[in-house]
Amino acid sequence: MKNGLRKYHAAVWDEPLVMEMGATGRRGQLFPVDEPGFGVAVDEVTDLIPEGMRRERPAELPELSEPDVLRHYLHLSQEVLGMMGISLFGTCTMKYNPRVTEALTRQPFVAETHPDQDVETLQGTLEIIHGLDRMLRELTGMDQFVFQPGGGADAAFLHATVTRAYHEARGDLAQRREIITTVQAHPCNPATAAAAGFEVINLPLEEEGYASVEALRSVASERTAALMVNNPDDIGIYNPHIKEWVDIVHSVGGLCFYDHANYNGVMGRIRARELGFDACMMMLHKTFGAPKAGGGPAVGAYGCSEDLAPYLTTPVVTKGEDGRYSVKVSEQAGSTQVREYLGNIPVVIKAYAWLRALGAAGVKEAADLSLLANNYMETRLLQIPGVTKGLPHLDKHRMEMTRYSLGELTEETGVTTLDVQNRMVDYGVDAFWLSHEPWFIPEPFTPEAGEMWSVEDLDYWVDVIAAICEEARTDPDLVKTAPHNQPIHRVAGTGLDDPERWATTWRAYRRKNGLES
Amino acid sequence: MNRAHPYMANSTPEAKQHMLKAIGVGSVDELFEQIPNQHITTRRFDLPVPLDSEVELRRHLNETLGKNQTCEENLSFLGGGVWQHHVPAICDEIWTRSEFLTSVWGTGSSDLGRNQAWFEYAGQLGELVGMDFVGLPVYSWGAAVGHSMRMAARMTGRNRILVPELMDPQRLDVARTYGGFPEQGGYLEIISVGYNPVDGRLDLADLSGKLDQRVAAVYFENPAYLGGIESGADEIARMARAAGAETIAGVDPTSLGVMAPPSQYGVDIAVGTTQPLGVHMNGGGGVGGFIATRDEERYAREYPTLQVSITDTIEEGERAFGLALFQQSSYGSREDGKDWTGNSVYLWAIANAAYMSVLGPTGFEELGRAILRRSSYAARLISSIPEITVRWPTGFFKEFVVGFDETGLSVSEVNRRLRSHGIFGGRDLSSDFPDLGQSALYCVTEVHSVSDIDRLAAALEEVTR
Repeated sequence: MKNGLRKYHAAVWDEPLVMEMGATGRRGQLFPVDEPGFGVAVDEVTDLIPEGMRRERPAELPELSEPDVLRHYLHLSQEVLGMMGISLFGTCTMKYNPRVTEALTRQPFVAETHPDQDVETLQGTLEIIHGLDRMLRELTGMDQFVFQPGGGADAAFLHATVTRAYHEARGDLAQRREIITTVQAHPCNPATAAAAGFEVINLPLEEEGYASVEALRSVASERTAALMVNNPDDIGIYNPHIKEWVDIVHSVGGLCFYDHANYNGVMGRIRARELGFDACMMMLHKTFGAPKAGGGPAVGAYGCSEDLAPYLTTPVVTKGEDGRYSVKVSEQAGSTQVREYLGNIPVVIKAYAWLRALGAAGVKEAADLSLLANNYMETRLLQIPGVTKGLPHLDKHRMEMTRYSLGELTEETGVTTLDVQNRMVDYGVDAFWLSHEPWFIPEPFTPEAGEMWSVEDLDYWVDVIAAICEEARTDPDLVKTAPHNQPIHRVAGTGLDDPERWATTWRAYRRKNGLES
Repeated sequence: MNRAHPYMANSTPEAKQHMLKAIGVGSVDELFEQIPNQHITTRRFDLPVPLDSEVELRRHLNETLGKNQTCEENLSFLGGGVWQHHVPAICDEIWTRSEFLTSVWGTGSSDLGRNQAWFEYAGQLGELVGMDFVGLPVYSWGAAVGHSMRMAARMTGRNRILVPELMDPQRLDVARTYGGFPEQGGYLEIISVGYNPVDGRLDLADLSGKLDQRVAAVYFENPAYLGGIESGADEIARMARAAGAETIAGVDPTSLGVMAPPSQYGVDIAVGTTQPLGVHMNGGGGVGGFIATRDEERYAREYPTLQVSITDTIEEGERAFGLALFQQSSYGSREDGKDWTGNSVYLWAIANAAYMSVLGPTGFEELGRAILRRSSYAARLISSIPEITVRWPTGFFKEFVVGFDETGLSVSEVNRRLRSHGIFGGRDLSSDFPDLGQSALYCVTEVHSVSDIDRLAAALEEVTR
């Protein structure tokens, strides 16, 4: 053990691409071919496809036995760090994904159900959707939740489309062209606003850590369609004037959307509706215990007021007086249908189960622990020379997450936050998050301690950062060339934006590199 | 709470005290000092009593979800974009690995295996559809249609999208949502193209009449929503190209072992669903969408997705994976990026990759043949039942339309009666497509045996007698 840290090395399999593996004639899966009774021989069956529509040459897929495929992907899985070590990936609220719901959602009563089954045959799923809707209403004060959005960004898009439908119904969509957000809001807010046809106004960061009330007032007008913000943002700053913001936007006829990506610290304390927001979004795949899964399947749970609910053209689960559940489908043509069906059902079930496992007190406990853990970690992090807090003049305790800076370390040693990130993984600790765009903190990094990790885990994580900062002074090249204990060296990324070199498929790679197929 | 919660290591009094002491505050509440008091709710939350033991939680979930009926214990002929296919057991074994399941966004070195699996998804899908540029999956087929028509609009500077009249209404709704409202900039007008009642295929005369300088793209599906194989697909693409429009085709990847890849008939952008590639239906929660094109800058620079490319490391000759054209994503450029991206269904991409590699070229061909054989047998058998008709009884893949007008029964009544036989009848089309009368879309795949189909036919005969 060096520096008291564990000895670690990732698995190295030097695994070829699956397309480079296999041998002619091998099979990984057979389908029935010679059963009697179908009346048409399997060899002649392609005659049923009109000429010109038949495949002429087989797809150039690998030919592998079943165990070949299994072992290949097991090897690849071992070349993924994930949460095998410690992952304090800020803005994503890494928390435990209870395996009881992983196991249950793989059962046929979830996996082998079709969304168009008669509602009488889906009462269990509908009960859970309805139950989660009710619990989230209680937590936020909203009047209706839907789970159709396939992620947080999709829920932001849903809000932008609800905004559109709301103003369209009032006849002033042509005038309401602008959505206001801040540079501290997650990129999905401005991006989905623009995709929904709005112009985006980004309020700047100011001295107090957020845009001023005056800045908002100067842009709020009869052109304002909506405000879309996070609070706290992902530097860890809470805007205490948020109620006034909501009032200002309402006073000019705009809607207010609370992107609760950073809900973990305020759950059980803040109710979006009580602050005046018309709608909010929470991420079931992060905050509510469902796995991140490398980027989904995910759910952005979208909640809104009763005033906005009529504009949802997504299907809504309701409970009848007889206790039976049904699905209400909007009469209107889709203007706010962001995806097909009711949502990622397994993720909804996992979130429901997580809330049932914690209850009201547990939810608050989780939030408390996330603040305790973040601030505990901070007391130790800030003792490391070269680490400073983002916007250090703001000295109040941050919430569940804080953005830090390695700017001083970089000035002193030339080692950057990207170098440190690449070195962390040599200790079996997953890379930290740096920052969303725009970067206004030099050499940023954003850990989020959350409620899952133990004090010992947090200590270990800080020890790793301290050890790397020390290495930056004693052996900077070691850090600048990291990682050294991973299956491959640091990714250089040459050619990723070069049309002559990028290759998102194997066929493109072969063509661009003159390889035989 | 009196007891430590199993999900939260620091939920012990000792750990809390340790942290409070280190921070130098007396209570947790002090850490919320940024939040004005009047923002903090005074509500006592009314949530159900916690089921904090796994034994209770599991029992509750089992009891609740046990109220569902499944397509395994019943015989199901539902489809329409979510299809019941065999999911090889190793697909589940692979995507459930904790390393894949819990990964976030590490370095290209420490997440090598996942990034490679993603590349293998795109690479194998590219082989199936015959396209060289493939992005990571989007939320659904409808989302893929929405993004691809926006790509086409940006490329052509035009704002009309032609779509088939016979299109899944939900998918069309999603496309409409992506298209926006006429009062706004960037609005895309979606116009339906009719069908030929004789064979259910796209009406080329109607298409021709609607194709002009305003059309950014022609979208059609092959097989079409109601199962028909679009034998005039190359003509559709030719007409679109002549009008300066892009051709977008929605394809079913399970058909591509026997059906021509869209690249063969002139399609510019291929889209579709990833669900049938080794992902369970999950009550609709198994859906995902793909977007694929030729590897030309014109297309590549309009992708809203993240896409994984082969690249290099700092060590000579070592292969790695990185994100191509990241800067044009919303992560790279916020509102100036192409549409937006975010968490999607990337875990399913790993299941898809495993599925495609376990099937291989011959597996896809056998799969296609098995589906053709079973679905054509089912259509023939059903059409022999008195008063039940199969509209467009030939030239389809996997799905076909069954008409009940002559029985005097509604589809919903037929399906209700079938349920008492343990059968889920096909999707009811009667309200979405009134022109088709009391019709249902029946889906038959490799999971259906001869005896399953015989059982369906016998039940249909009995319930309509």
